[in-house]
Amino acid sequence: MSLIELREATAGYNGHRILHDVSLSIRQGERVALVGRSGAGKSTLLRLLYERVNGDAALVPQDFGLVKALSVFHNIYIGRLNKHSVWRNLANLVKPLQSEVDGIRPVAARLELEVKLFDSVGTLSGGQQQRTAVGRALYQQETILLGDEPVSSVDEHQARTILESIADSKKTVILAMHDTALALEYSDRVVALRDGRVVFDESCDGMTPADLKPIYAG
Amino acid sequence: MEAVWRNSPTVRTSLVFLAIALACLAVADIAITTVNPWTEMGRLVAGIFTPNFFATENLGMALVLTVAFAILGVVIGNVLGFLLALVFHSRMVRVGCAFVRAVHELFWALIFLQIFGLSPLTGILAIAIPYAGIIAKVYAEILEEADKRPLQAVPAGSSRASVFLFVCLPDVWAHFKNYSLYRLECGLRSSAVLGFVGLPTLGFYLETAFRQGQYSEVSALLILFYVIIASMRVWMRKPLLPIYILVSLLILPWGAAKIDTANIVRFFTQDIVPHPIRTAETIDGPALAALWDWFEHLLVGQAIPGAIDTMLLTMIALVASGLLALAFFPLISPLFYGRFGRSAGHIFLVVVRSTPEYILAYIFLQLWGPSMLPAIVALALHNGAIIGHLVGRYTEEMKLRTDAARGLNLYAYEVTPRLYGQLLAFLFYRWEVILRETAILGILGIATLGFYIDSAFADIRADRALFLILLTALLNIGVDALSRAIRARLHLRTTIEQG
Repeated sequence: MSLIELREATAGYNGHRILHDVSLSIRQGERVALVGRSGAGKSTLLRLLYERVNGDAALVPQDFGLVKALSVFHNIYIGRLNKHSVWRNLANLVKPLQSEVDGIRPVAARLELEVKLFDSVGTLSGGQQQRTAVGRALYQQETILLGDEPVSSVDEHQARTILESIADSKKTVILAMHDTALALEYSDRVVALRDGRVVFDESCDGMTPADLKPIYAG
Repeated sequence: MEAVWRNSPTVRTSLVFLAIALACLAVADIAITTVNPWTEMGRLVAGIFTPNFFATENLGMALVLTVAFAILGVVIGNVLGFLLALVFHSRMVRVGCAFVRAVHELFWALIFLQIFGLSPLTGILAIAIPYAGIIAKVYAEILEEADKRPLQAVPAGSSRASVFLFVCLPDVWAHFKNYSLYRLECGLRSSAVLGFVGLPTLGFYLETAFRQGQYSEVSALLILFYVIIASMRVWMRKPLLPIYILVSLLILPWGAAKIDTANIVRFFTQDIVPHPIRTAETIDGPALAALWDWFEHLLVGQAIPGAIDTMLLTMIALVASGLLALAFFPLISPLFYGRFGRSAGHIFLVVVRSTPEYILAYIFLQLWGPSMLPAIVALALHNGAIIGHLVGRYTEEMKLRTDAARGLNLYAYEVTPRLYGQLLAFLFYRWEVILRETAILGILGIATLGFYIDSAFADIRADRALFLILLTALLNIGVDALSRAIRARLHLRTTIEQG
């Protein structure tokens, strides 16, 4: 029984077609890496999957989607905006509630953001912002996570921290990835896109980055 | 000869406006009618340099009340404007806001005087209502330009209010705060001017002092007013705002006039109903004929001549403002003056732009007598200083090559061509502001629409006054639309902060 199912799906923007006849079935608990050159349609495919689950997934967008004027704490809190009443949200916006701080501090600590917890996101570096966006998705209670290049702005050590924390807290994970070595290491299935079509969809078992070279060729 | 204007729509537009202004100037009345204008001017200048801060004990109170009206008016306008900005997509709200902001604060004050008398409510509402219309528009524009990207990452099922609080509001909060401060500065000027229609603010004491020729007192009042405006960012602190609101509420003279409900009812059900209808027993043929007479009389005798004079003055003042802005901007530009010269330029521009046009016009009118000249000079100085200041600051970021020309060549070949579009954008933006102000200067005795409106109120003919106010508002909305069309055609754009 698959969790998300696409059958010969097509998608595009402004009459410009980006995905052609994509069929994809994702089962619960799978960890899927989407690979392919930039412009191959990875972001569009993620968008499509997100719509297919009616937003019942945590999202790490490529541009992070952070509210720059708010603190790391508040940006992570946005992940559970739907779990509380407006009044509680408002109270927490005016002055962080101790119970929320207690809940969010471990998430930030795991992503090495604890010292920046009450700094506004606009003052952070690109890598810190990316970790904040991941923190928000982790804090969100959905069990599916869709990430668009979630480790593009951090070094390898932090990339591993991020990928491990995602693996620990989310059941089903679909990540568009640039670094094929990391993609293979943290996934059990790899889907490759080229010019808007799925050209490769296999288990990662025993695969090496060299096996993915042809996808980027020519 | 290759004419420049053939290829440049900006230059062509400018020349057309210049020609219109010159034609207007040819038919406008700009005579100096006072007997000894320059002796009086000499006495005024002498007074300006010998301010007397202890002339009356009312001076402190006048300033405190000026600030109190401004704070309450702007705070209420801000709250209303914010709420209206949230529903600004509704056509009805947009049209309503365009209408209330097309009517000048002083006209609102004249209307509320009929309803509430000299109660503080008159002053507060006169500021709050038009400001709500302006603020709603500006806030709606700011919200529209807010960063929409975080919306995609918000968990599904979040309430709209929560999303607004966490995603939209934080992004625009700083803009709202800045704009509110700018509005407070405008509110202080509006509040000061409200004194001219009888409220106990700065304008009231200024008028008295002027009438008695107490120029040293005039000087003291104005200097303190500049200090309050210039130091606004120091004394206006968020934690102090509730205290200011409370003190303002307590200090205003609520006992000055009793609010009489019968008065309010009479205003809406009788005073503003056109006279022939009010006195007719039944609405029949003769009553309608009388109404037509009333209308025709008003249109031919007052509305049309008033509108013509208003437009004449507006066009002359608009072009004169542009010319003065061209002369003023180098005064504060590091490209033309050193640190010392620039400081003097800054002080000059701050003083000229902080003085409400109405007060400037009043001063020149006392000196030169009633004609369009005082109004032209006042409007051009005030608006020229505002635009000159904005454009001058813009030159601070201008990067020129190191071997660029100097002096007049630099001005004509390098700097002015680069900022001319910006200057025109500001100027056209202020076109509607100048028109609104021109209409109001009629209250001082210049034959613009305000003159007829003020006279109608003085004759207790609120029906006529309201008709003329309506017409003024429509003229305003028309000019605003025209200005927007020209700005769009010439691809001129200003920042929304300058509303």
